[in-house]
Amino acid sequence: MVEFALPANSKVGKGKFWPAPEGAKTTKVFKVYRWHPKDGANPRVDTYEVDLDTCGPMVLDALIKIKNEIDPTLTFRRSCREGICGSCAMNIDGTNTLACTKYISDMTDEVRVYPLPHMPVVKDLVPDLTHAIAQYSAIEPWLKTTTPAPERERPQSPEERAKLDGLWECILCFCCTTSCPSYWWNGDRYLGPAILLQAYRWIADSRDEATGERLDQLEDPFRLYRCHTIMNCTRTCPKGLNPAKAIAEIKKLMVERRG
Amino acid sequence: MSAQDEAASDPKARRPLSPHLQVYRPQLTSALSIFHRITGIALAVGTLLLVWWLVAAAAGPEAYAAASGFIGSWLGLFLLLGWSAALFYHLANGIRHLVWDAGYGFELPTVYASGWAVVIVTGALTLLAWIVGLVAW
Repeated sequence: MVEFALPANSKVGKGKFWPAPEGAKTTKVFKVYRWHPKDGANPRVDTYEVDLDTCGPMVLDALIKIKNEIDPTLTFRRSCREGICGSCAMNIDGTNTLACTKYISDMTDEVRVYPLPHMPVVKDLVPDLTHAIAQYSAIEPWLKTTTPAPERERPQSPEERAKLDGLWECILCFCCTTSCPSYWWNGDRYLGPAILLQAYRWIADSRDEATGERLDQLEDPFRLYRCHTIMNCTRTCPKGLNPAKAIAEIKKLMVERRG
Repeated sequence: MSAQDEAASDPKARRPLSPHLQVYRPQLTSALSIFHRITGIALAVGTLLLVWWLVAAAAGPEAYAAASGFIGSWLGLFLLLGWSAALFYHLANGIRHLVWDAGYGFELPTVYASGWAVVIVTGALTLLAWIVGLVAW
């Protein structure tokens, strides 16, 4: 349901201030969302002054520096640091992106860092993705066939393979899904842009033989049709993909199969 | 343990909801979308005014004069200005949605171009309608 305000336990308070070390010349202010499951308090925003002269260029570099040198209690997910694992997805400067591919220099003013929007928070910048992952399982993201398996692989022409470009690159970081106001209000039943793009990835695969069954699963006022072409998803995708277009392709197939 | 205690001791139950509208940067994509819905609601309300005007016309000269008097007042004209702009916006953006529904115009530069086009067309059509309307009045 649409709820514009945050619940009482989620309202964000003022946090601690961590000044830059003595002698730091080029500093940048990082305002970072903090919440600890054990201290019983509301979330807060801590302010860190980071010495940029001894920091790497990306927002993730600054977060790692804060954790290593200023405040070891800061918690966030990260792994590949090159935009391929999707772990460090978060809301930076008001839009969702990967901390590892976002330049600190993109922000002229202070850097505001929050977890992916409208998600339950496990700790600090770590959102609980259980529901989104369950939605991924629900679309059965694997090749489904009814014909007997051939001797070798199931062949695919270069043209058929090209239809998967712009789909297979999705790293399931959920930047798009958590940028979508429709998912904010109806995420319990609406699958959201990331999962629908993944659903289309299998629908568009020439080797998959369950297209009708997949479309049946999606033909639902909530699962698919809560997409109102807001386009926040495409606007925010750190991989430059177009979930809104993938969703439109599914909607088109729904109309076409009715004849 | 009561249900309340259980909820208090279960960390999952106490998890806060991360900020959404409070922190998400306003941008053309979402702004035009919510504005489409707002203008849709405004137009539904505005239809009541139109109905009042038509009923007044059928009810007789006195009722018609009262309705026309309100519509011609500063408040009435101000509301009409809002409704006419809402109408043109909803029309132009509705066409944008039709093109999307046909599967076109999803590339991000196109989305921004069509979005700004809708804003400009809304302003131009509203202005034109009022120039024509005021000259004829």
